[in-house]
Amino acid sequence: MWEYTDKVVDHFLHPRNVGEVDDPDGLGEVGSLACGDALKLTFKLDEEKRIKEAKFQTFGCASAIASSSALTEMIKGMTLEEAEKLTNEDIARYLGGLPKEKMHCSVMGRDALEKAIGHFRGEPEKKVEGEIVCECFGVTDVEIERVVRESDLTSVEDVTDYTKAGGGCESCHEKIQEIIDKVHGKPHIVHRKPARLTNIEKIKLIQETLEREIKPSLKKDGGDIELIDVDGNTVIVELRGTCATCVASEVTLKHYVESKLREMVTPELVVEEVQS
Amino acid sequence: MKVVYVDNNATTQVAPEVLEEMAPYFHDLYGNPSSMHSFGGQVAAKLKEARHKMASLIGASPDEILVTSCGTESDNTAIRAALESYPDKKHIITTRVEHPAVLNLCEYLAENGYRVTFLPVDRQGRLNPEDLYKNLSDDTAIVSIMWANNETGVMFPIDEIASVVQEKGAVFHTDAVQAVGKIPIDMQQIPVDMLSLSGHKLHGPKGIGALYIRKGTKFSPFLIGGHQERGRRGGTENVAYIIGLGKACELAAEHLGEENKRVKYLRDKLEDELIERIPSAMVNGDRERRLPNTTSISFEYVEGEAILLMMNEFGICASSGSACTSGSLEPSHVLRAMGVPFTAAHGSIRFSLSIYNTEEEIDFIIEKLPPIIERLRELSPFWIQSKMGAAAL
Repeated sequence: MWEYTDKVVDHFLHPRNVGEVDDPDGLGEVGSLACGDALKLTFKLDEEKRIKEAKFQTFGCASAIASSSALTEMIKGMTLEEAEKLTNEDIARYLGGLPKEKMHCSVMGRDALEKAIGHFRGEPEKKVEGEIVCECFGVTDVEIERVVRESDLTSVEDVTDYTKAGGGCESCHEKIQEIIDKVHGKPHIVHRKPARLTNIEKIKLIQETLEREIKPSLKKDGGDIELIDVDGNTVIVELRGTCATCVASEVTLKHYVESKLREMVTPELVVEEVQS
Repeated sequence: MKVVYVDNNATTQVAPEVLEEMAPYFHDLYGNPSSMHSFGGQVAAKLKEARHKMASLIGASPDEILVTSCGTESDNTAIRAALESYPDKKHIITTRVEHPAVLNLCEYLAENGYRVTFLPVDRQGRLNPEDLYKNLSDDTAIVSIMWANNETGVMFPIDEIASVVQEKGAVFHTDAVQAVGKIPIDMQQIPVDMLSLSGHKLHGPKGIGALYIRKGTKFSPFLIGGHQERGRRGGTENVAYIIGLGKACELAAEHLGEENKRVKYLRDKLEDELIERIPSAMVNGDRERRLPNTTSISFEYVEGEAILLMMNEFGICASSGSACTSGSLEPSHVLRAMGVPFTAAHGSIRFSLSIYNTEEEIDFIIEKLPPIIERLRELSPFWIQSKMGAAAL
């Protein structure tokens, strides 16, 4: 059972501003039935260009309904410039907080507001910005980057809670981690520095990491990897299967294989592909 | 507020008789059944009696019963024991709708050297036995197929499957956690090799379960330690809980008739009335071959968690296959395997009854639920769209 604040429960059981504004100035729709939540937001402005009336229709769980209801209450009386600045964190704060796994409900509120304002200004429906990272829920790198920055997220799990990205097949977890690392400007590797390794221990550990962690992951995409030699801190490998012909193999090698080996064995390692 | 508990596939209340039977063994009769003194010995006699009651509920003999800590342990023990007993066989067959105790274990094994076949089900949640037969081979170590599904109550034709699997020489295990105590089960009639059951699904306590192991089935212990459970599971017996499980099994045997008559009548009434009163509602799963206590109903265009929380306001306890209730983002793997559309899976509610439910409680749900669905649909943009779509036609 989720721990909802009294305010979330109140807005869920007694949602404010349900419905659709007649002849709306702004209209924003986000989400879909397949995603499990969706929100349609409409608003009308007064003479001073302040939001006079805002209404919502929401399909979703209690926190989705409460977030929508809170959003409509919050933006009433605001100018569009003020409303534009509203973040999902503001919505969550207004409700006294949301369970972490439910933060995506507040993000949905902000997205609908953004769309509705865009609609009023006659901005063309924004094309999906950036590249889709999470295929399951259609989340782009731009969206992920934004939420990582705004809510200062540090783990893939956080990103899933806030945007749903990575909550389906999980194949995009690495890409999400890369975005997090990029935003925070640091390689996000937890160094579990082992005691000084002997050469034998090092080679064993490299072999083990390749077998247990790296190979199974590459095999999921039809690829494979073979350890050819270890020369000091240089690990020489050969990519096989689809990896051998993949244009992204360099990325796989450096970003995945090398960083995994550095994480599990020692940070000094350099991975090179065997020259055939 | 009065609680209307219709979530008995999640867990059940401990029967008062069970609790009463257990109580003395915490304080007055705390001896170790393995001790040589009669203070401990009297406990051993009581354990024997409990084991006898468990066995007799499923037509087994007492030494075919291995007591475990839960259904999950029973499932894990069964599957791992079969694999360890047949080290040359590397193939496992199971279904896509198993409980996570089997499903996640099999997924883990698939990543660690085993070949696993996950059998599909049809739109009604039914298994096609032919799919199983054509996948059986000499390499198949174990087939693990649940007796009845926890989410829909749909029952698989275990009798039919078990004999074919046995002929092929593979071990047949069934997770019968939801079935034991709800329907008659007789191990003398059905050639199942191993069967899992759990205490807290049949008005026994949590933290206790059992694995039936047919005589002659190769076995390899999971917990290695003392001589308890005839060397098949080390660790001092969980005395009070074993006694509790025994009593619960005895009561379940007594109540089987009622379960299949009165509980089934209440379930059918609840289901029929809700479908009748609420538009765009449908039952998930085969209504013919189903546990007498379970129904899964989808209310389209609304979301399950919201329904549950509104029912909660009236003290009604049920569960949902919606993504939002589990913390995962995808709706129930069972409903997805059945091909239930997302529109319906997100709005699915499972009601699971027990002998403690009354007709007044069922009437209360029938009265309270329709306005809840109506209210949530008024909030839902899709419901409004679907109505407008219908009007346009």
